[in-house]
Amino acid sequence: MASQDIAVSVDQVVKHYGNFTALHGVSLDIRESEFFTLLGPSGCGKTTLLRAIAGFESVSEGHILLKGEDLTGLPPHQRPVNTVFQQYALFPHMTVLENVMFGLLRKGWSKVEAVRRGQDVLDLVQLAEFAKRKPTQLSGGQQQRVALARALAPRPEVLLLDEPLSALDLKLRQSVRSELKALQRETGIAFIFVTHDQEEALTMSDRIAVMSNGRVQQIGSPKEIYEAPVNRFVADFVGETNLLDVEIASIDGGTASVVLPGGTPFTCPAATVLDPGRGHLSARPERIRITAPGDAHLDAVVTGHTYLGTDIQLQVRLSDGEVMSVRLQNSETTSVPEVGQTIGLQLEEGAARLLAD
Amino acid sequence: MASVTDLRRFPGFLAITLTCLVVLYAPLIVVAVYSFNASTSITNWGGFSLTWYVDVFTGPDAPKFQRAAINSLIIAVCAAVAATSIATAAAVAMTRAGRFKGKTLSFALINLPLMVPEVVTAVASLVFFSAIGFTTGLLTILVAHIVFCIPFAYLPISARMQSIPDTYEQAAMDLYATPRQAFTMVLLPLMTPGILSGFLLAFIISLDDFLITNFVKGAGVETLPTAIFGSVKQGIKPNIMAISTLMLGVSIVFVSLSWLIGRTGQNKK
Ligand SMILES: Nc1ncnc2c1ncn2[C@@H]1O[C@H](COP(=O)(O)OP(=O)(O)OP(=O)(O)O)[C@@H](O)[C@H]1O
Ligand SMILES: [Mg+2]
Repeated sequence: MASQDIAVSVDQVVKHYGNFTALHGVSLDIRESEFFTLLGPSGCGKTTLLRAIAGFESVSEGHILLKGEDLTGLPPHQRPVNTVFQQYALFPHMTVLENVMFGLLRKGWSKVEAVRRGQDVLDLVQLAEFAKRKPTQLSGGQQQRVALARALAPRPEVLLLDEPLSALDLKLRQSVRSELKALQRETGIAFIFVTHDQEEALTMSDRIAVMSNGRVQQIGSPKEIYEAPVNRFVADFVGETNLLDVEIASIDGGTASVVLPGGTPFTCPAATVLDPGRGHLSARPERIRITAPGDAHLDAVVTGHTYLGTDIQLQVRLSDGEVMSVRLQNSETTSVPEVGQTIGLQLEEGAARLLAD
Repeated sequence: MASVTDLRRFPGFLAITLTCLVVLYAPLIVVAVYSFNASTSITNWGGFSLTWYVDVFTGPDAPKFQRAAINSLIIAVCAAVAATSIATAAAVAMTRAGRFKGKTLSFALINLPLMVPEVVTAVASLVFFSAIGFTTGLLTILVAHIVFCIPFAYLPISARMQSIPDTYEQAAMDLYATPRQAFTMVLLPLMTPGILSGFLLAFIISLDDFLITNFVKGAGVETLPTAIFGSVKQGIKPNIMAISTLMLGVSIVFVSLSWLIGRTGQNKK
């Protein structure tokens, strides 16, 4: 068993709340020193899974193993796992340093060692000069770093983070992302990071598990998730995509021959073995090129533009009425077709995928 | 403030308000003012003096009032400590135990003493004590006081408790604190303003109680309110006004403290 490089193993975990099932047999392996993200829409069970790992929620079925040891029945204070809470939950009656030392003292460290370690960790998050302040005297970003320092100080086997950036404003969030990622590399602690922000997940993670309705839909690297989604849900939730209703002519292994709306044949990778019939072709807006109408994969009429700063997004309508979007990079050389103009759309081979529902 | 139904525009609003204020506060003011009267009369002003305050501490009635005051203090402190402890436990249980069977009933039971007419509680307590053969005395007063002080201590504590999210305790337990440590090191300090506020309220309620005390006290045992009542029956002397004014002062100080502590606690959040 290769369990020594698996930090946390979630094995067929089911969680019922009364007759509502929040987790339907979730299985995941989180590796040592990995930045692992749970990504999914609101209510899909991300927090429930995190709380089950931390010990705040019992599981109805299945097991959670930490370094090969079953955690079932172990209360939160006996699990070598720490959490960064969404609202930070810093103790308001203690100073920043006392907050950071709290876990160390409970673990039986001496006061002297705890102070030293606490100051080291505060250094790590660049808050050394705030050690004597109360948490309420800090900004949101600083509080977030204290919460991080407090959870990292006892050197947990795994750090759990439940949407730790959601309380920060956009600009701060972006800078904290890279700091958090750097911190993870530096400490070598496995992070399980919960978010419903796909950009956050793509930019920070080593691997991502996409969840919906209490089920894991796909696990993979950001590139795999974005470029090779296994189903419609993943393609649609992670990034933006066009889903075209196509007729499947044949499927051979991982490659499918389909007929595009308008009758053009097209060959593309297929996510799973599908029966011939109808399927969904996912084409990312930035992986479509604009050409002259007539000999392109698809003909379309431009119905609108949206200015996005870095890009310009075109809304187009196919002859059968289906609506698609296409992204053009915003530069001097880009020629943007007029509204009402008929254009040809060329799908990048290999970048469009046939998906199961 | 620009409400269509501005209360101040109702006919007679001013008259009613003034009447209420006069009825409520005029007697208190009269008592307070006449406690500084130099003459023995309780109606004619004979100039300012502290005679009656000196009389309270050194006059012929002084030993009686002193004993009563000590009894009152002992009972108020003990009753407030006990009631506050019970109310704290109840508030934690009520807000942290989730939804349990009989939660509404428990809530009603905790607050029952606020709704039952005091004289009924007084009679019931007396009947109860004599039924179980409990000799009336200081102890019976204490037990009765603990019971009716609980809801007064409970209200500010529970209000405070409801504003503390349970993530604090979870964070503590996540950081290797046992449930007990999470309670004593995190929850209890956060609850402190509510607990202090509840304690002060319970203390003053116990100190001021007359009715129930009068029923359950044994012969010869007096608290300050029953001692004052006893003296008044033999005619009102100005020293009674001095004692009353002192008690009024203590009450005002405690109630203000309770309110202030409750408020600073609220602000900190
Ligand atoms: N204590 C509970 N009792 C009943 N249902 C619950 C309880 N906790 C969570 N749920 C339900 O379980 C589902 C998953 O909740 P969870 O908090 O894990 O979602 P989430 O993925 O973290 O969502 P969000 O992104 O909004 O935080 C939700 O439908 C929620 O209503
Ligand atoms: Mg959540």
